[in-house]
Amino acid sequence: MKISVLAFGIAKDITGQRFLDWELGENAKLADLRAELEAKFPALLELAALRLAVNSEYANGDAVLKENDEVAIIPPVAGG
Amino acid sequence: MLEIKLFERPLDAKHCIDFVSEGGVGAINVFIGSVRDHTQGKRVVRLEYEAYAPMAIAEMEKIARQAVAQFGALKIAVHHRVGTLEIGEAAVVIAVSTPHRQASFEACQYIIDTLKQTVPIWKKEIFEDGEIWVAAHP
Repeated sequence: MKISVLAFGIAKDITGQRFLDWELGENAKLADLRAELEAKFPALLELAALRLAVNSEYANGDAVLKENDEVAIIPPVAGG
Repeated sequence: MLEIKLFERPLDAKHCIDFVSEGGVGAINVFIGSVRDHTQGKRVVRLEYEAYAPMAIAEMEKIARQAVAQFGALKIAVHHRVGTLEIGEAAVVIAVSTPHRQASFEACQYIIDTLKQTVPIWKKEIFEDGEIWVAAHP
């Protein structure tokens, strides 16, 4: 199945693009995607923290992904 | 009761105060976060803020609703800037009204502290000799 990955802040610098199309096996979990992202972009592992959001909500690794989900890579936030 | 927005242009603190003032509230508290001219001894030239806009709005709304539930806030405005900011410009304006003053301080502090932890907004500091994404690395 195909999902969309969005990268923000330093994560966009690391991946080199804002939008990435990603192919995942059926019933893949967020933890599976995280492992793939970290394998392809090891600099993500050097960040102080890394959270993922599914369709604009923070989600845990056991969240099951569906076709066309939008996953955002959220490096440490610094608003305010 | 809530006005939560992102802006690519300068923020209007007076608008936020007017928004939360309607209806004869007892106390109004305002926090403005603005761009410092230095970080750890280095001169900052400007800042660039980036947001995951739909989620940033949704997270700020959650925080504001929690402030209503927890501190009895009557009205809340949270305006956050994105894009390029010069020294001294406001990055965020938070205005809260409550019946009594103590809750207005607590609600305002809760909102800015939580915003800094959960809202997907990122800040890049531009120096004369380089740039850094704030808080990205340990």
